[in-house]
Amino acid sequence: MELNCPVIALMGNPNSGKTAIFNVLTGLNQKVSNYPGITVEQRIGSAQLPDGLKTDILDFPGTYSLTPESMDEKIVARQVMKWMQGEEKPRAIISVVDADNLSRNLYLTTQLLDLDIPVIVALNMMDRVKRGNRDIDSSVLCEMLGADAVIPMSALEKWGVTELQNAVAHILTNDTKLNPNRLQLQISPEIENHLLPVTEFLKDNFGYENQLARVQALRLITRNSALDLYKEKNGFTAARFETLERIRREVADKMETAGLKHRILEASLRYQMLDSHLKDNNLAEVEEIKKVSRSERADEILTHKWLGPLIFIAILYGIFQSIFTMATVPMDWINTGVGYIGNYFAQTLPGGVLRDLLVEGVIAGVGAIIIFLPQILVLMFFMTLLEDTGYMARVAFMMDRLMNKIGLHGKSVLPLMSGYACAIPGIMATRTIDNWKERLVTILILPLISCSARLPVYTLMIGAFIPEKKVMGIFNLQGVTMVMMYFLGTVTALAIAAFISRFIKKKGISSFVMELPPYRIPLAKSVFRQLLIRGKLFIVNAGKIIMAISIVLWFLASFPKSEADASSLPIQESYAGKIGQAIEPVIAPLGFDWKIGVGLITSFAAREVMVSTLATLYNVEEEGEYVVGITEALKNDVNPVTGLPRYTPLVALSIMVFYVYAAQCMATFAIVRNETNTWKWPLIMILYMTGLAYAGSLLVYQGGLMLGFA
Amino acid sequence: MSIKTLNSLIPGETAIVDQFTAELPLQSRLVEMGILPGVELRLVKKAPFNGPLEFKIRGYYILLRWKDAGQILVQG
Repeated sequence: MELNCPVIALMGNPNSGKTAIFNVLTGLNQKVSNYPGITVEQRIGSAQLPDGLKTDILDFPGTYSLTPESMDEKIVARQVMKWMQGEEKPRAIISVVDADNLSRNLYLTTQLLDLDIPVIVALNMMDRVKRGNRDIDSSVLCEMLGADAVIPMSALEKWGVTELQNAVAHILTNDTKLNPNRLQLQISPEIENHLLPVTEFLKDNFGYENQLARVQALRLITRNSALDLYKEKNGFTAARFETLERIRREVADKMETAGLKHRILEASLRYQMLDSHLKDNNLAEVEEIKKVSRSERADEILTHKWLGPLIFIAILYGIFQSIFTMATVPMDWINTGVGYIGNYFAQTLPGGVLRDLLVEGVIAGVGAIIIFLPQILVLMFFMTLLEDTGYMARVAFMMDRLMNKIGLHGKSVLPLMSGYACAIPGIMATRTIDNWKERLVTILILPLISCSARLPVYTLMIGAFIPEKKVMGIFNLQGVTMVMMYFLGTVTALAIAAFISRFIKKKGISSFVMELPPYRIPLAKSVFRQLLIRGKLFIVNAGKIIMAISIVLWFLASFPKSEADASSLPIQESYAGKIGQAIEPVIAPLGFDWKIGVGLITSFAAREVMVSTLATLYNVEEEGEYVVGITEALKNDVNPVTGLPRYTPLVALSIMVFYVYAAQCMATFAIVRNETNTWKWPLIMILYMTGLAYAGSLLVYQGGLMLGFA
Repeated sequence: MSIKTLNSLIPGETAIVDQFTAELPLQSRLVEMGILPGVELRLVKKAPFNGPLEFKIRGYYILLRWKDAGQILVQG
């Protein structure tokens, strides 16, 4: 990364409000949530400081320690290793601390104080401390830590931000030396003697100064993940790594015999130091272990043994049903709007290829997709709410046992739930799962969770072929069908997880250590912002991919023209028609005709393209002065041979089942390739999903025919 | 005062962490999160069917698996 500006690193525990601080400093709109570990990668933003100063802010995933446990924590540890070497060193570190949970958060701060870099402590969430009628004397804390500044603040209520900016500016403008009174870990001569071989090795090979070499030695003997970081070091040969490994093992063994618990030594020493200093300075958390918090009381119902899971299922049902019921009114508006625009151009522009391209290709195609914006926003709204309130972490708690039985993890719940919006952020979010096998299985089944790109397909089919009536008095049949599609995808995903996890070798241990954040009322602004980002993304996608495909498709569907008089041939004889008919024999047993076939091909770019494809095909076929409504077109399409409707509820069901299962999103496979570092897993994914889709549709259509449904 | 495993606490019961049994590979992470001998904690809730357990320790709440909690000894 080429950086010209001075760089400030932002580090802290998961859920300490790091991302919120990043957002207020940089004015960027990163996703803030109430679920530990939502920042899974490093990102950079530019911040304006007082006096026209500028700096780059580097935001890291949250971590409890510099010894990594999961992939996102490794990102932090790797970068810190570079700093120890003097590479890419930031000008200062902002150590974000949840003031409401001081001692555990300061653990990481003390590790950062061992580095040769100025440290500013952002004492965040002071609003909560004050609400509890407590206070933390920041100057005493600053003195105790020997930090360069301690800034009490609340990123939520937006105070203390200017002070933080000033503190950063002060460090950038004054090239002051490091505070000589930094709180540094004291190591007893006995332990120091034990560590000596490792300490000396680190000094000789990496040029660490004394304190750094000692704490790194201490870290190395705690566990392998600290050692593994050296394995990846540039220019560190395998032979020398083996030497380090050997020395380390000898030291650890000796300590073991001497009765020193080397695995917990660093943390024990640091907490001893921290706890006694906090106590001496009257900063220790008041013992409130018995105090029952409001979140705890809410959980008496929300995570109750059997009420909890019931509530969760009811919430999911409510969300999926409301996608259908809440969004219909704005969808009608958009539908009318698109029709109006299309007709306007159709009637005002002179006839010809350009008008046809615009009306039949672009407006019909893009218009068919934009209609689904309200549904996607409704879905996103509820998902954001579940995450921001802190409910999702509770679901992980309730589901861990079940998830573990089928080869997944409690922490698989959030990625899977994100999958209802889009598989890609879901796959990224699996980085918080420590165990490789559980993470891989989660990734492999994620695309089976019905994402928002399937919504247009489901909605179109349901709207056209599922009658709008009530079942059992209260349920809307269309809504129930929608929920069933989500249910089918989810249940199959879990079944596949149980199946494939038998064949994937287990690496490492599986554990579940997770912080349960308190419930918070989501910030309207943050939720709104998420919706805005999501909506923008959807429209830009519709604008780019779908427009491009619609234009290409329009050409393929409109040409060749008749050689005799350049008039249009029937659409079946166009290039698109030919392509569709070529694959028709394969898909005919599923009840699909050639138009659906073309849609299946274009859907490989993104699933929602199916809808714009049908819209374009029908509009080219009709060649009228009006934009054809696709729902009507589907209903009225008649098979010329039999004289019967081409699409029936059974065909619609078969199409939907196909879309529940089919592997159709190129972006997903690219991201799976990235996250697993091999094409093996995306290929396995494509194969099993395609197999499922074909088998599922075949079963539905042929089974339906046998049962006498037309 | 008696020594027992962490997963044998009943909801609402408080105890003081005593030690980890050697088999717990998780211990390095737990101590980094401040769960070390001498610290008091309270069992808040148990998920059914030996699912995870929720504890309050130092000003926060943490979830641990039933099996892992069985490797931690406490005085209660």
